[in-house]
Amino acid sequence: MTGQLAFDVAHLFAGGLVLVSFLLLYQDRMTGLVNIFALHALVVSLSVAWQAAIQDASHLYITAAIALVVKAIVIPLALHRIIVRLGIHRTIEPVVSIGQTMLAGIGLVALSIMVMLPITAQAGTLAREDLAFALSVILLGMLMMIARRNAVSQVIGFMSIENGLILAATGAKGMPLVVEISVAFSILVALIVIGIFLFRIRERFETVDVHLLHEHRGEQP
Amino acid sequence: MLVIGVVALLTQAGEALVLPVGLPWLGAHFRLDALSAFFLLVVNLGAAAASLFGLGYGRHEESPGRVLPFFPAFLAGMNLVVLAADAFTFLFAWEFMSLASWALVMAQHRRPDNAAAGYLYLLMASFGTLALLLAFGLLAGPAGGYSFEEIRQSPSAAVSGAVLVLALIGAGSKAGLVPLHVWLPLAHPAAPSHVSALMSGVMTKVAVYGFVRLVFDLLGPPSWWWGALVALLGGVTAAMGVLYALMEHDLKRLLAYHTVENIGIIFIGLGLAFAFQANAMPAAAALALTAALLHVFNHSVFKSLLFFGAGAVLGATGERDMERLGGLIHRMPLTAFAFLVGCAAISALPPFNGFVSEWLTFQAILLSPALPQWLLKFLVPAIGALLALSAALAAACFVKAFGITFLGRARTPVAAQATETDRWSLTAMFALAALCLLAGILPGYFIDALAPVIQSLAGANLPRQHELDWLTIVPVAQSRSSYNGLLLFLCIALAAALACEVIRRRASAAVRRSAPWDCGFPDASPATQYTAASFSQPIRRVFGTVVFRATEEVHMPPPGDARPARLSVRLRDVPWDSLYLPAAALVSYAAERLNRLQFLTIRGYLTLVFGALVALLMVLSIWQ
Amino acid sequence: MAVVTDALVQLIQMLVVLALAPLLAGYVRTVKARLLGRRGPPLLQPYRDLLRLLRKEVVLAHSASWVFRVTPYLVFATTWVAAALVPTFAAGLVVSYAADMIAIVALLASARFMLALAGLDVGTSFGGIGSSREMMIASLAEPAMLMVVFTLSLLAGSTQLSSIAAFMQGPGVGLRVSLALALVALVMVAIAENARIPVDNPATHLELTMVHEAMILEYSGRHLALIEAASFVKLLLYVSVIACAFAPWGIAISGQGFAAYLVGLAAYVVKLAAGGFLLAVFETSIAKMRVFRVSDFLGAALMLGVLATLLLFVSRVT
Repeated sequence: MTGQLAFDVAHLFAGGLVLVSFLLLYQDRMTGLVNIFALHALVVSLSVAWQAAIQDASHLYITAAIALVVKAIVIPLALHRIIVRLGIHRTIEPVVSIGQTMLAGIGLVALSIMVMLPITAQAGTLAREDLAFALSVILLGMLMMIARRNAVSQVIGFMSIENGLILAATGAKGMPLVVEISVAFSILVALIVIGIFLFRIRERFETVDVHLLHEHRGEQP
Repeated sequence: MLVIGVVALLTQAGEALVLPVGLPWLGAHFRLDALSAFFLLVVNLGAAAASLFGLGYGRHEESPGRVLPFFPAFLAGMNLVVLAADAFTFLFAWEFMSLASWALVMAQHRRPDNAAAGYLYLLMASFGTLALLLAFGLLAGPAGGYSFEEIRQSPSAAVSGAVLVLALIGAGSKAGLVPLHVWLPLAHPAAPSHVSALMSGVMTKVAVYGFVRLVFDLLGPPSWWWGALVALLGGVTAAMGVLYALMEHDLKRLLAYHTVENIGIIFIGLGLAFAFQANAMPAAAALALTAALLHVFNHSVFKSLLFFGAGAVLGATGERDMERLGGLIHRMPLTAFAFLVGCAAISALPPFNGFVSEWLTFQAILLSPALPQWLLKFLVPAIGALLALSAALAAACFVKAFGITFLGRARTPVAAQATETDRWSLTAMFALAALCLLAGILPGYFIDALAPVIQSLAGANLPRQHELDWLTIVPVAQSRSSYNGLLLFLCIALAAALACEVIRRRASAAVRRSAPWDCGFPDASPATQYTAASFSQPIRRVFGTVVFRATEEVHMPPPGDARPARLSVRLRDVPWDSLYLPAAALVSYAAERLNRLQFLTIRGYLTLVFGALVALLMVLSIWQ
Repeated sequence: MAVVTDALVQLIQMLVVLALAPLLAGYVRTVKARLLGRRGPPLLQPYRDLLRLLRKEVVLAHSASWVFRVTPYLVFATTWVAAALVPTFAAGLVVSYAADMIAIVALLASARFMLALAGLDVGTSFGGIGSSREMMIASLAEPAMLMVVFTLSLLAGSTQLSSIAAFMQGPGVGLRVSLALALVALVMVAIAENARIPVDNPATHLELTMVHEAMILEYSGRHLALIEAASFVKLLLYVSVIACAFAPWGIAISGQGFAAYLVGLAAYVVKLAAGGFLLAVFETSIAKMRVFRVSDFLGAALMLGVLATLLLFVSRVT
């Protein structure tokens, strides 16, 4: 495994993450959004695993495993079930049209390249581009949060910002706190997701008392 | 004049002449160098074709007295601009050209929109000349040397940025750069058709000449941000121009807006040439400049052809509105064929000439990653995307123009009874169509003819083209890219012939005429076919909601009412609304305020005079 | 002697392209049918369709003009010449220096121009639907394709497809993000240009859902045979371009001997089969988009192309 191939594959993962972020911006259905987010988390975990392999840093494997299990499997499954159960409106309305959002996305990528490349002049070319990609993923996540009228898409945007941060952190060598930070962030985001749906449940049924909600289950015995 | 231009271009002569006319200490300088010779060629080619067309078209002119004297004056003005070698002659000829064309625009001044068009045109032309006057003033500097020779000897780096902006405003308003383009679609169609062809195809090129002469020749070495500004303006102009053209259903206004797009393409090439020159890449600058100047020539040829076609249609039917035409290919087959050649050429389809200049522009864009400045690195891919977008939209625009006007069924009785135009017009159109094909198949000769111009402007040159095998053109190196128009044309012709032959032998030759497919509802009315507005509706939905804030409304009559529903489309011209209307409002407001000056008392006027005198004396004392 | 061999190889390539095109279309149709649980038409059905159409009489509308009758020949000729310029099993062919990728895109644009005019020629609303929608799709697909061409030629240093293929076979390429973006954009453009699901349904009978089929609704007999053949060749052209630019292994360089050509031909057939299979799988797994969603789809392709070019512009360290 030559150094060039290692860098190339890492670079490809970073670019792939930007591509998946654009795919997130493109979606207008709830289920598609959740599936693409699972793909986003999968690409991040693969990228982190690759960094662990080439940097010989085994604690990054744990981060990759957390990203894979929690964000690529557990959270999307939970979101799917909640969407079906609560019957949330399936289409996501964008604030501006999708074409304009994509155009803004391209502008953000150009901006992040313009910012990152001159200030990291000492590092190698590929590392600088990886940082620029990570910044683009963060900015695209923020764009998703403000360009959609839907709470779920805002949460997913937030989680994709966090994925971008993980990408940036693991790209630079020697970040031992990454594991703890990843765990903390994942729990925080899971709590936010749960909180949003608790609010919705309360709006709809005027209560979150589980005992009272039990009556609203269909198919009483 | 045409012959002189051709001869001068080919022999690279550089004659000068000084006449004792004009300003007392200056005289009027004229000079014929390579750049002037090329533009002389372009101007007079268009003029010759327009005169030929005018011979036939003149029968339709109601009041020839309004047109005939001004036409040669217009031509003379354009030629003088190209030949001028000092600032005064240049500006005098420029104004003369504007006034002569204004008189031609106002030829049918009884129509109300013509009067408004003429007014706006005069306003914009004066504004442009003002900008050019300031530019020349800055160039001449405190020494006051107004002849081009003197300006060339004394470059001044401090004011060059301001001169560039002024030149862009002045020449750009005449050429039609966004946002100074608003007069073009009103004025160009208002003139008689051969004059429209001249204004669109040739006068805009004279404006380009003015810009090239001012900035490339007289201004000295460029900085890189000039390239960025010019190329960006060119890109925006190209995209906006073609989008405007797509929304139009008046044939001549569509063609006028399309001129705006092509001017944008030319300025993209010029901007890239600046950027390359500023970064000491003369070969790439030569390529970009060749692309721009070749497009100047190509556009003047096919735009004149298209305007002649529109004039022929106007003469035969009295209609400019595409929504009232249709099926003209059956009534005017020769005009339709020439117009089709023009449409194919302007849509940059091989093997015609439009493709060659667009291809060269793309090759210039592909050379630009070597530019070091960051802004250029981001701007040039965006401009490349805009250029590609405008090329694709131009093809859509001309499918609409040709298809709705000539194809299908006639939508009104006038269209059903049109007759073919006279042979002078047809000769002019077919000559230009043949030139389109020739310039597309043998581009090497045209590029070589441009070589002296490029050499004098950019200091470098493309490899000599006509010595290459098989008449290919190779802009940079054989290994990089090449294009052979002749071979492509022959291949297509051979493939088509082969298909014909195989079909003739193997397939049945039976043909039967019947009614078209109507899905079970036979309709005899031609009103059910697509109109121009409906053809551009998908594109309007995609682009128009953003660029023009286009809205569509359907007015449905109440149930039981037998009247038809109406669909109306509303578009807003963003530069007009955001720049011109506020500026006009400001001028009105200022004029209202200043109007009070008309009504002062005697004591008020005396106070004004006294105040002016005191102020002048104070200035004089401070100056000492 | 070398010139004669080269010319012969070029001729063989043109005939191979023409012969394989209907087979590719038939293969895609059969795979789609099998994936949907049907048996599907026989593999050689497109050939039989073309022969049958050639033998039928042409029915022209009363309002059809010479444009209508000339268009099938011109469309077929331009598409065939464009396909002849793409290196399929051998690169560096005689004619390939006459036109580069930009010229190929422009040749396909000429074919589309004539076809759109023919759609408007008869003067019914169906042709208008097809022409206007096709020009909208083209106004976004063509710039996206040109951006992909820019990306490839910036990397390879040339716009000639032969040089691009040679560069991609060589060692200097590496795994680059711009190439991945360009591949995705090219696949999206190829789907749109060939009127495949999700952009357009090639097997639909409802006029309101047609784009390409609506433009050629009035054609019959030998004219329709030429236009169908041209659309088969266009599909083959796009699959060949993707194969040549992104999977160029096995393409013979001119002068390498007869065995290299055979290997190239075998590799080419394998690539066509793989491409056709992937296309069929993609078409059966996604639904057709409504027309104004197509502009978002192609806008995304254009954005990806611009991003790929931008990344290449920015990462050049000179």
